[in-house]
Amino acid sequence: MTCEELLKALNDYVDGAELTEICEEFSQHLAGCNPCQVVVDNIRQTISLYRAGQPYEMPESFQQRLGQSLKARWEEKFGPAGTAPATR
Amino acid sequence: MEDQLLDDPTETELLRQAKGGDFSAFQELADRLQPRVYGLAYRILGQAQDAEDATQQTFLALIEHIADFRQESSLATWVLRIATNHALKILRKKRTVKMIAMSDMGSEEGYGDVPHPEFIAPWSRTAEEIAQDAEVQAELEKGLEGLDEKYRLVFVLRDIEGLSVRETAEALGLTESSVKVRLLRARLALRERLTKKFGDASQAMIPDHKHS
Repeated sequence: MTCEELLKALNDYVDGAELTEICEEFSQHLAGCNPCQVVVDNIRQTISLYRAGQPYEMPESFQQRLGQSLKARWEEKFGPAGTAPATR
Repeated sequence: MEDQLLDDPTETELLRQAKGGDFSAFQELADRLQPRVYGLAYRILGQAQDAEDATQQTFLALIEHIADFRQESSLATWVLRIATNHALKILRKKRTVKMIAMSDMGSEEGYGDVPHPEFIAPWSRTAEEIAQDAEVQAELEKGLEGLDEKYRLVFVLRDIEGLSVRETAEALGLTESSVKVRLLRARLALRERLTKKFGDASQAMIPDHKHS
């Protein structure tokens, strides 16, 4: 397996596409290559960590401004928003 | 993409009501989508004011175009694409001199010169455990900021927001193969950085082969 093939496979492998031919070859390589296995684990953990990170919180003042401007635009386009049953 | 909202039977209903002019239905949809839209914009733009502008523009655009939404993708995917477009516009406006290289040109698009992993070590804790640390968020943000923009964008859309490679390519106007190569660079760069921080140095290893 060449280096380039390995790097291409690394991406697909991390994404879980383990059924392709090249991934199968990569899989065999991994079984005998601890550093490569650790790199795959590191990348998966990196992605997990970013996904598990705290969401950015919208400032409350912005939330209010946003709500007002959306309502104003809605009324311009569709007429008074109050005509629909208010649920909030 | 994986999407919880898609499984919620009320999204279709809310959409129907919103298309009929019901603002409260629209607002409910917007409330659900706001954290993801704002998070995406913040990660692309790196600061709150710009993220707010992009978020507002996204939802105003959603009002304009909601009647056109045909549910060919999930609403979240569609809205995240709108948000990406607005965030990119803001980004480009701020870079009058330094052009953003969004095209597929350039030597960095191949696999040949992708930097190899240097520090290889298993992490001493799981990602879930590390995520609980108060200071980790700042470290993650610094990692994203440190990435070249074209790598950051694909990582944010594909790996954080969970868009498919194809959806990411469409949102950024790139080919899928270009997305893949940029994604690999982003992943390897962030892996290197975070492994230096969270890897167990006592178990560090050196590859005994060159893969060439």
